[in-house]
Amino acid sequence: MRTLKFLLQKEFRQIFRDPGILRIIFMMPAIQLLILPWAADYEVKNINLTLVDHDHSTYSQQLASKIAASGYFHLQNYSTTYKTALKDIELDRSDLILEIPASFEKTLVKEDEASLFMAVNAINGTKANLGGAYLRSIIQDYNREVRLKWIQFPRFNPELNIEVTSSNWFNPQMNYKYYMVPGILVILVTMVGSFLASLNIVKEKEIGTIEQINVSPVKKYQFILGKLIPFWCLGLIIMTIGLTIARLAYGIIPAGSLLTIYIFAAVYLLSILGIGLLISTYTATQQQAMLISFFMMMVFILLGGLYTSIDSMPDWAKAITRVNPVSYFIDVMRMVVLKGSGLADIKSHIFTVIGFAVVFNGWAILNYRKRS
Amino acid sequence: MKQFLAFVKKEFYHIFRDKRTMFILLGMPIMQIIIFGFALTNEVKNSRIAILDNAKDQSSIDLINEIDASQYFNIEEYLHTYSDVEKIFKKGTIKLVVVFPANFQEDLQHFNKAQVQLIADASDPNVANTLTNYATAIIVNYQDRITNQRKLPYTINTEFRMLYNPQLKGAYSFVPGVMAMILMLVCTLMTAITIVREKEMGTMEIMLVSPMQPFIIILSKAVPYLLLSMINVTSILLLSVFALDVPINGSLLLLVGESILFTLACLAFGLFISTSTDSQQTAMFISLTGMLLPTMMLSGFMFPIENMPLPLRLISNIVPARWYYSIVKDVMIKGLGIRDIWKETLVLAGMMFFLLALSLKKFKIRLA
Repeated sequence: MRTLKFLLQKEFRQIFRDPGILRIIFMMPAIQLLILPWAADYEVKNINLTLVDHDHSTYSQQLASKIAASGYFHLQNYSTTYKTALKDIELDRSDLILEIPASFEKTLVKEDEASLFMAVNAINGTKANLGGAYLRSIIQDYNREVRLKWIQFPRFNPELNIEVTSSNWFNPQMNYKYYMVPGILVILVTMVGSFLASLNIVKEKEIGTIEQINVSPVKKYQFILGKLIPFWCLGLIIMTIGLTIARLAYGIIPAGSLLTIYIFAAVYLLSILGIGLLISTYTATQQQAMLISFFMMMVFILLGGLYTSIDSMPDWAKAITRVNPVSYFIDVMRMVVLKGSGLADIKSHIFTVIGFAVVFNGWAILNYRKRS
Repeated sequence: MKQFLAFVKKEFYHIFRDKRTMFILLGMPIMQIIIFGFALTNEVKNSRIAILDNAKDQSSIDLINEIDASQYFNIEEYLHTYSDVEKIFKKGTIKLVVVFPANFQEDLQHFNKAQVQLIADASDPNVANTLTNYATAIIVNYQDRITNQRKLPYTINTEFRMLYNPQLKGAYSFVPGVMAMILMLVCTLMTAITIVREKEMGTMEIMLVSPMQPFIIILSKAVPYLLLSMINVTSILLLSVFALDVPINGSLLLLVGESILFTLACLAFGLFISTSTDSQQTAMFISLTGMLLPTMMLSGFMFPIENMPLPLRLISNIVPARWYYSIVKDVMIKGLGIRDIWKETLVLAGMMFFLLALSLKKFKIRLA
């Protein structure tokens, strides 16, 4: 116990006497959490629309003003031909083209049917999908108005009609930041935890100070614990800073209890630090350690469900997400913060992550050799 | 010249004799392309949903079967009471609940009007939106079918065409982004670290007492990583063409030329970082936070730039990857030529010269 105390004292001194690292530990998460959620706005809005109106009739103008009034589209460009409109898309000035054919109004009235042509830049799939759907529903709406003008429906609607009402729970304003901030906080805690832990032991190897520990009576587990505990504390501090920023800057107050979040974070940090330590036992230089942890973090983060939904991944990727601690924490954070899930709801998450912690740390202790 | 080659050779030895680093540098792009190409899609499919059927009549069962048959939804659970809805959302796997009122069929047949309620877990607003849209479309379809498809008067049809990427593959927007990220990583991070490492280990002193010009020393550090990046560009392009079916619609020569330009800009940035820091850890963190995250976040590759608030949109202009990403997208997927991208090219070239000049100026020949 006394040995451990001295080791901890040494580690904390090492951290607190390096102002560069200290600044990174505390400033980086704060700044990122203040900036990134503003960038990570995946909401589909501001769709630029180019209108090619060959008709110039009352109807085409009505339709145009209806689209402009919807709020989803910026109707900034009017082109005379489809070709110039396509140029707009090529230069990224526009995402969608709506072409109204000549004598659109006349055909619609005389022949009961008329066509519009829509083309969308589909490089960004989400935008293409949602943008197209929005525009189609606006056109349908307009269609209904036209019909109402021409035929007087009887008061009792003869058509079958299934009315679909929809409600959005847990995030009724559909604020994308509520979704991203908890996820980004997880990433920050993970990055700081794993990078610092993996770099720390390797630095001792590179500088040569590990020799001094190897010739001391310090036990393996004491050494690993001595490395683990300081970063565990730092992780929890970052977590606290992050939650404070989420509350002050974004008004995100967890719907569930803070205790649930901290209990999970405590267990999760053990597993993430375990990965960091494991990497450091396998590498010889800081450069290697950094690259390997970067590589692993990248896979973990991308497959963690922060940006894209895990449900739509193929089976092999889903299998990876099951051994990915990051995906569990992102899931838990969103559940607790947005939906107010309690300990009982995240039971299986907790046990899985405890499992990870035991495996990774055990492996790291086994793999740490006091001989060189 | 001979001296220069000797220095380049030394740098190559540094890289080749560190197997683990080599492996990661060359393996990373392949791994990323596979993950981005196959695992990450913005498409929403196989979403797990639950049904609360208070009617349990023929119509509701028909409609449920219809929903189950679509590729977008997997019905995971049947609920019994309304209070189950919140419970099931809290467990986290269910994204949408479809609620049928009691007397669904009766309402539909006698009053010609019935209600279906869709309750979405809107923690992720996009998924909620998309799922609601899909479910509504299925229900409207079902309704059209049972109304015998009587043709309505005054119908406006819309013809719809997806340009460039008709199958809506995620790879079309990810491949250019991955290229930017990998080049940034290899060039900026690795050059920054190698130079600082020589400082940390003390070997920088040896180089500085050699008769080489500082400019040549820096250049010899940059050449190997330039070559390494070109290998990575080649493997990314090969994989995306042959494994992901992403075409190269524009000129390959132009694409490679622009990649070299971007690589040089990244190298210059790496050099700049290395001349301003003294420890590897600081250099790493600066390149990670100063380069990688902005590259991922502000280049337009993951998140649309036009959604960002004005300050971030302004900042995104100084992120080199933003310009490169737009160039690659234009050349590779839209098949545009130099005439349409000269502006982006000029910006990149300007950044490169600026950073290079800055780092040359800051490079100290004397040890502090």
